[in-house]
Parts: sequence; C-alpha cells; structure tokens
Amino acid sequence: MSFGEITLDLLQNFAQNGLIFLLTLLGAIPLGLIITFGSMSKFVPLKYLTKTFVWVIRGTPLVLQLFVVMYVPGLVFNTPMSSRITAVLIAFIINYAAYFSEIYRGGIESIPKGQYEAGQVLGMTKRQIFTRIVLFQVVKRIVPPMGNEIITLVKDTSLARVIAYSEIIMAAERYTSKGLIWPLFYTAVFFLVFVGVLTLLFGYIEKKLDYYKG
Amino acid sequence: MAESILKVDGIIKSFGSVQVLKNISFTLEKGQVLAIIGSSGSGKTTLLRCLNFLETPDGGTITVDGKLLIDGAEHKKMTDSEIRANRLHFGLVFQSFNLFPQYTAFHNITLAPTLALKDEIKSKGLKGKAAIDYKAERMSQIESDALALLERVGLSEKRDSYPCELSGGQCQRVAIARALAMTPDILCFDEPTSALDPELTGEVLNVIRGLKSKDTTMVVVTHEMEFARGVADKVIFMANGVIEEEGTAEELFLNPKSPNLRAFLNKAKNK
Ligand SMILES: Nc1ncnc2c1ncn2[C@@H]1O[C@H](COP(=O)(O)OP(=O)(O)OP(=O)(O)O)[C@@H](O)[C@H]1O
Ligand SMILES: [Mg+2]
Repeated sequence: MSFGEITLDLLQNFAQNGLIFLLTLLGAIPLGLIITFGSMSKFVPLKYLTKTFVWVIRGTPLVLQLFVVMYVPGLVFNTPMSSRITAVLIAFIINYAAYFSEIYRGGIESIPKGQYEAGQVLGMTKRQIFTRIVLFQVVKRIVPPMGNEIITLVKDTSLARVIAYSEIIMAAERYTSKGLIWPLFYTAVFFLVFVGVLTLLFGYIEKKLDYYKG
Repeated sequence: MAESILKVDGIIKSFGSVQVLKNISFTLEKGQVLAIIGSSGSGKTTLLRCLNFLETPDGGTITVDGKLLIDGAEHKKMTDSEIRANRLHFGLVFQSFNLFPQYTAFHNITLAPTLALKDEIKSKGLKGKAAIDYKAERMSQIESDALALLERVGLSEKRDSYPCELSGGQCQRVAIARALAMTPDILCFDEPTSALDPELTGEVLNVIRGLKSKDTTMVVVTHEMEFARGVADKVIFMANGVIEEEGTAEELFLNPKSPNLRAFLNKAKNK
C-alpha cells in the first residue's frame, strides 16, 4: 500500500477519535456542571454521594471503566451494550465530567466571598449573581486547566480500542501485524496536529479573556 | 420631631458560643452621619453586616422609616425577594471595594440598576413595545445617573477603565458610586480607607464628606478619628459587643467618660 493510501486510511480512523472527542466534550461539559452543583450542595447526603462518585471515577483507570460499561450490563443485567460507540461515550463522558466538575468546583470556590456579597447588597438575586458576576470570572480562571484536560482527552480517545472500537491506533496496529511498523509511529503526527490546533485555540481564548487582571 | 430614619433595638448576634453583639440599640435621624469607632473585634463589621442582611441577628429589631425590616426573634424565614427588597434600604461600601473586575467603572455602577429594571419590567407584566419603550427611557436615566455619580466621586474620565486599571482610592470611589446608584436610605461604610495606602485615604474621605447632605444618611465604621470628628453628627464607641459610649463628636472626643474610650483615643492619637 502506498503512503497516500495509508494516510487516508489512518485519517478516516482518526475521524473516530475526533468523533469521540467532540461528543465527549458535548456531554461532559454540562454533566460536569451538574456534578459540581451536587458536590457543592448544602444537602449533605447528596454532597457526599457526589463526592464518592467523583472519587470512584477519578480513582480507577479509564480503561477499566470502558470494560465495565461494555461488559457489565450484559454479564450482570443480561442486557448487552447495544453498540461499542455507546459504551465508549458513556465511559468517556462520565470520566471527563468527573474531572471537569472538580475544575469547575475549584474555579467557583476561588471566587472571593466579597463578590457574592457585593452583588447581594446591591439587591441582586442568586441567579443574577451567578450569571452576571461569578460565571465569567470562573470561566476565565478555568480556561487553562480545562485546556490541559481537553488536550489529555485527545490522546485518551485512542483507549477506545480496548473494547475493539476502531480508531487510529487500532488501525495502525493492523499494519503492524502485517509487518509494517511505521504507520504506528506515523499516527503521532495526527495527534500532534490536532493538539497543536487546540493549543493555539486555547491560547487565543486566554488572550481574549485577559482584558482585565484578577 | 419626625420619626428616626433608623431604629436599631436590642440586636444580638452570636457566632457559635461567642456572643459578638450584645444588645445593640441606637437611633439615627435622616441626614445624619453616624461614626462607629472601637477596637478590633468589638463587633463593628458584624453590626453593619446585620444592617445589610449579610448576617441574621439572633434577636432585636431594625426599623427604617417606621418599617420593621428585621425581627431577630421572629423565626419565620423571610423569602429571598423580601430580603432583597428590605436590604435595598441600605447600601454597603466594603473595606476591600469588591468591585466586579470584568466590568468597567461605568458598568459596575449600572449593573445592579439595570438588573433591577429587568425585574421591574417583568413584575409589571410589560410586554412588546411598551416594555421596550419603558426600558429605553429608564436605561437612559440609569446611564445619566451613573455619569452624574462618576462626576460626583471625581472619576468622569475613568468611566471606561477596569478596576485593575484604577488605584485603590479610585476603586473605592467607584464602589461608593455603585452603592449610591441603588439610592439607599442609609449608606454604610466599613472602614472604607483601611485597605488604602495612607496617601490615598484623603481622596476617599473627601468624597464621603462631600456626600453629607440633608438627604444622605450614613453609618461609617472608621479608624480615622480626625475624619470621624469632623463629619459625624453622632458617634458610637463599641467595645466587646456593646455600645460603651455614645453622643456627639464633641462629647466623645473632647470629654470621653469611659476608661476604655479614653485608652482607645490615646492609642489612636499616638499612632
Ligand atoms: N463569620 C464569623 N464566624 C465566627 N466568628 C466571627 C465571624 N465574623 C466575626 N466573628 C467574630 O466576631 C467578633 C467581631 O468581629 P467584627 O468583624 O465584627 O469586629 P470589628 O469590630 O469589625 O473588628 P475590626 O476593627 O478588626 O474590623 C470577632 O471576635 C470575630 O472573630
Ligand atoms: Mg471590621
């Protein structure tokens, strides 16, 4: 096979990594916020339930979570996973939502109490204080750690292959088993380009938000 | 004589087992300036926070213009909107300014009135063109008020500056304008110059002095004795959660009775 054909094949498979990446972000960014509200809840049982959940998700390997989501429903509840992509997305969204929720929580808790109180004494509602005062400051503070986590996600997408979901590394391994080793190393280029674009994007966002200090 | 604008009666507040305010009572007339002095930990901030509904007193009442706003003994919880309506009788200027960093000086001042306007339009049930017209009219009022306030605190040329681009003294002046924009009956200051470099305190104190008028009632917690003496119609000396002495500025500064106040004033003089 020619270099061009292999590149095309890898690119098509990399589209799967891109798909996992995109759908995971779409799911995990809002789900993370819900988890954050749970872990900051004044209702103590909910708070500890959420914190335990986050501990379990962050405390076990994503690979293991993929296996659990893929096989446990079939083995234990006799309802096999409908498709591999569903299993991949469930595991990824839950895993990343747990990490995002901790970043959000850190961001929210880093906003000084005085910002809330200033809004309160001016007669604002809780919702107005959150949306008009706190949210923007939180966003500014969490952009760098979110950027890190999102770049990690790009590379984690290739873990989908452990439950036989075809993506770029798995595609490259098919060449390796036929005795062609370079496509495996060549996959690095795809990741590097993707991460490079994201790095530029996050740099741009950070700069945009940098019109004020503090 | 007309009824006092502010009546504080028997306020009690504890944090855990420590009683921080023990039966605080005083009155204030419209247009008067009350200075609250006292050593660190005597409960001055806690008192202001009770007035502004940032703390709920365990007992006692706060009445503004004949309207009972807080009854600490009444354990029925006020709803959020009741609290919001009641606290607007008061404004608070914080020691650390607490400006909103992402907004310009101008926008810091207009934000709360604009949000209040939105609520007002909603609660009046205005729709369509009526809502748009009303909003446009009120918005231009809010904006011209904000410009007038900036001028009043001497910061007209800083309207588009962000707080990070302002000095501490300028920030505090914006914070004063921001509080005034909600037209409180009583404006409270919690050590408005304590976070400032000494050379910047003057400009802020001058602005506060300039606010004094027959319509502006103020409660100022301060460690600036000269300022308190010059501006206050009434002075309260707090110690360990009680009002140990109160009277006119003359009475307290020239003729202090309690040994605590005498010691406090001596210490302040020698600083
Ligand atoms: N949220 C809180 N929880 C527990 N204790 C508190 C709280 N806020 C204040 N206190 C305590 O209440 C007492 C009075 O505090 P307060 O801040 O009202 O004093 P202050 O007169 O303003 O002092 P300063 O001049 O230092 O500002 C202090 O002993 C303080 O430790
Ligand atoms: Mg204080």
